[in-house]
Amino acid sequence: MPGPTGLRLISISRLGAAQRLIPEVTDLPPFQTLIDAHAGEVMAVCRGAVGRSDADDCFQETFIAALRGYPKLQDTGNLRGWLITIAHRKAIDHHRANGRRPVPVAEVAEASSEDPPLGGDGVWELVAALPPKQQAAVTLRYAGDLPHAEIAAALGCSPEAARRSLHEGLKRLRKELA
Amino acid sequence: MKDSLNRLAERAASAGLLDVAYTTTDSPFGPLLLATTPRGLVRIGLPNQDADKLLDELATRVSPRVLETAAPFEQTRRELALYFAGELTDFDLPLDWQLSKDFRRRVLRQIARIPYGQTRTYTQMAKGAGNERAVRAAGSACGSNPIPVVVPCHRVLRTSGGLGGYGGGLPMKEELLQLEGVLKD
Repeated sequence: MPGPTGLRLISISRLGAAQRLIPEVTDLPPFQTLIDAHAGEVMAVCRGAVGRSDADDCFQETFIAALRGYPKLQDTGNLRGWLITIAHRKAIDHHRANGRRPVPVAEVAEASSEDPPLGGDGVWELVAALPPKQQAAVTLRYAGDLPHAEIAAALGCSPEAARRSLHEGLKRLRKELA
Repeated sequence: MKDSLNRLAERAASAGLLDVAYTTTDSPFGPLLLATTPRGLVRIGLPNQDADKLLDELATRVSPRVLETAAPFEQTRRELALYFAGELTDFDLPLDWQLSKDFRRRVLRQIARIPYGQTRTYTQMAKGAGNERAVRAAGSACGSNPIPVVVPCHRVLRTSGGLGGYGGGLPMKEELLQLEGVLKD
């Protein structure tokens, strides 16, 4: 029946169409502004997650993936968190690719013999040697400055589990540094 | 970090993910913003124009994949430097016309053919673009020229001989015409 109700339905469906259109109108800032604002932090996350010698690969993979997805990105509220989460995923890819190699401990020892033992980035070499979850939690918290909830989202676990991984990771670091 | 960013721009370009590259270059009038797509030079920002605003426009109108890198601009820089030194009369650069549509684009293509050291009128440009009476629209097409200097809208004057306008300010138009020997110092 055409009538006020019908009219209202039409106007609502039009509104719906207009809302659906909004994400397609790109009002994304130039990608360079993301690089200017966050390249340093992304590099810090990569260093923490994969160690200094492979950090640049992780950095490159992160920004290439971000560039690929950027034009279709709908939620632009937290571009920084988005980048850090990609960096974290690229670090996981990196560890998976290296996972087949035996005795990761030997590799860490090798890497740290080239680099200054501690101070500066030294502590991040220790972070890179932590078990994966702890390493990720520590990196996202301190290099990425993410809150627990976002760390949990990046790791795909509960905030409580994220907090626990962070705590365990820090405990282990303190022991190694002592 | 600089090496990492250069490497990133290179990788992005070869992966087809660098839609708009930009850099700045010096000119006698101040810094120019240069922007290119894989097709060619798409935008030149004049010294009096807000570079951030131009970049936002490029992100919106062309693609948000905008990166700063000097690598694609070697020839553009060289030709501009020679032009400002009075040693180059014809630019030989691929251009991307996508920021201008329809009548405006036709006007700008007319302008691109005006030889060095010569001038035309807004009326002639309107006629050449297919609508002799659209003189005002031809004027605004000149005003909207996304690639000034290389597309020489400074060579278009009023029928009365008056200078008309210029996006970079009238003094710049005068100096360019002096450089080309149209106006005497």
